[in-house]
Amino acid sequence: MLAKRIIPCLDVKDGRTVKGINFVSLRDAGDPVELGKAYSKELADELVFLDITASAEGRKTFTKMVERVAAEISIPFTVGGGVGSLRDVETLLNAGADKVAVNSAALRRPELIDEISNHFGSQICVVAIDAKFDGGQWRCYLNGGRVPTDRDLFDWVREACDRGAGEILFTSMNNDGTKAGFANDALRKISTEVDIPLIASGGAGSMEDFRDAFTLGCADAALAASVFHYGEIRIPELKQYLRSQNIEVRI
Amino acid sequence: MSTIILKYPAGNIFSVKSALNHLGEECVITDDVQQLRAASHIIIPGQGEAAITMDYLRKTGLDKVITSLQCPVLGICIGMQLMCESSEEGDAKCLGIFPGVKVARFRPQSGEKIPQMGWNNIRSLSSPLFDGVPDGSYVYFVHSYYAPLCSYTIAQTDFCGLYSASLHKDNFYAVQFHPEKSGDTGLHILDNFLKL
Repeated sequence: MLAKRIIPCLDVKDGRTVKGINFVSLRDAGDPVELGKAYSKELADELVFLDITASAEGRKTFTKMVERVAAEISIPFTVGGGVGSLRDVETLLNAGADKVAVNSAALRRPELIDEISNHFGSQICVVAIDAKFDGGQWRCYLNGGRVPTDRDLFDWVREACDRGAGEILFTSMNNDGTKAGFANDALRKISTEVDIPLIASGGAGSMEDFRDAFTLGCADAALAASVFHYGEIRIPELKQYLRSQNIEVRI
Repeated sequence: MSTIILKYPAGNIFSVKSALNHLGEECVITDDVQQLRAASHIIIPGQGEAAITMDYLRKTGLDKVITSLQCPVLGICIGMQLMCESSEEGDAKCLGIFPGVKVARFRPQSGEKIPQMGWNNIRSLSSPLFDGVPDGSYVYFVHSYYAPLCSYTIAQTDFCGLYSASLHKDNFYAVQFHPEKSGDTGLHILDNFLKL
């Protein structure tokens, strides 16, 4: 049976791993390649590396890091953060990335999704979405959650899927950093509306939270950062727990 | 005598090279016919669209070179599908190394999401390619089309029903999954191939 995936996410700035708590304060958690290797040994199913550097110099450092990851780690990995054009995608794929995540640029110019999937195949095209529930509606945000848009989350998910997205990575800004669980209602709604794989992100605090993302949220994969980086949840123990809850995982 | 990764426009070549380097194996990436004929092992990696890739192989004459190879050859993902008789993807006539095997698109049976993306088990392993690999091991798949079970099947996987995760005939081996992305299990399988 196809296993549910556990995905550590590494935010990378100037070649170092950081994690924003609620997207604001940053703490250092080491060398991304060494951390990625350690996760691979612990049977992480995939890795996500997000470049949160703004400068051109930082982009070059990130591409070098992608090359190192591809050379040293033999599990799939996705890269993203500031990907704005087909050329950016090509640079990252040529550096050895398996998949590339687009976020703000696709929200600003949705045709980018068509271009990526036509050029490189939809399987490499992950559409990452940051959204926040404002009481009435789930609204999409730009620039790492700093700029609100009028775009409805579920509308955008459907459009991204129609345009050739291979996978959706949905981060709930309400849940991110709270460690109180994933946004399972929204996840379930996305999962029933589109038929491409869905990665849950934002809110992981306990092993039960992961179980719920799979059972209640119907997610295909769950992503987390700080609970893994600070050793609060170890992946081998998490997987044993999920298996005990009758969830198919790779052990 | 060297290990060659076939150079053609189907992506993923860097990952295969990295995996071989990991095993301490030097390899050459080329489409040079003389070098291909002199190789000890050849890998045809992949990620791509069947009809477009087949057109490329025909246009360059690589189709006839591949089918006449004598050394152990390993097709990965699209590399496997190209070795079959035909593919529903782009209605492609393929190389026919596995005669009669027709690659079809997955048809969801109980809400499966296409493409299959992620780790799944390989079972009924019956080839030296899988020496030392436990039945039920997980490997990484990304694909929307599959080869049905047939007399060449040497490993099977369950997704929308059972299908061929791996095929073998004479010196030709093929895997639907990505050994170069399947952690230690994948490296073990690549190592087995290099020992053939």
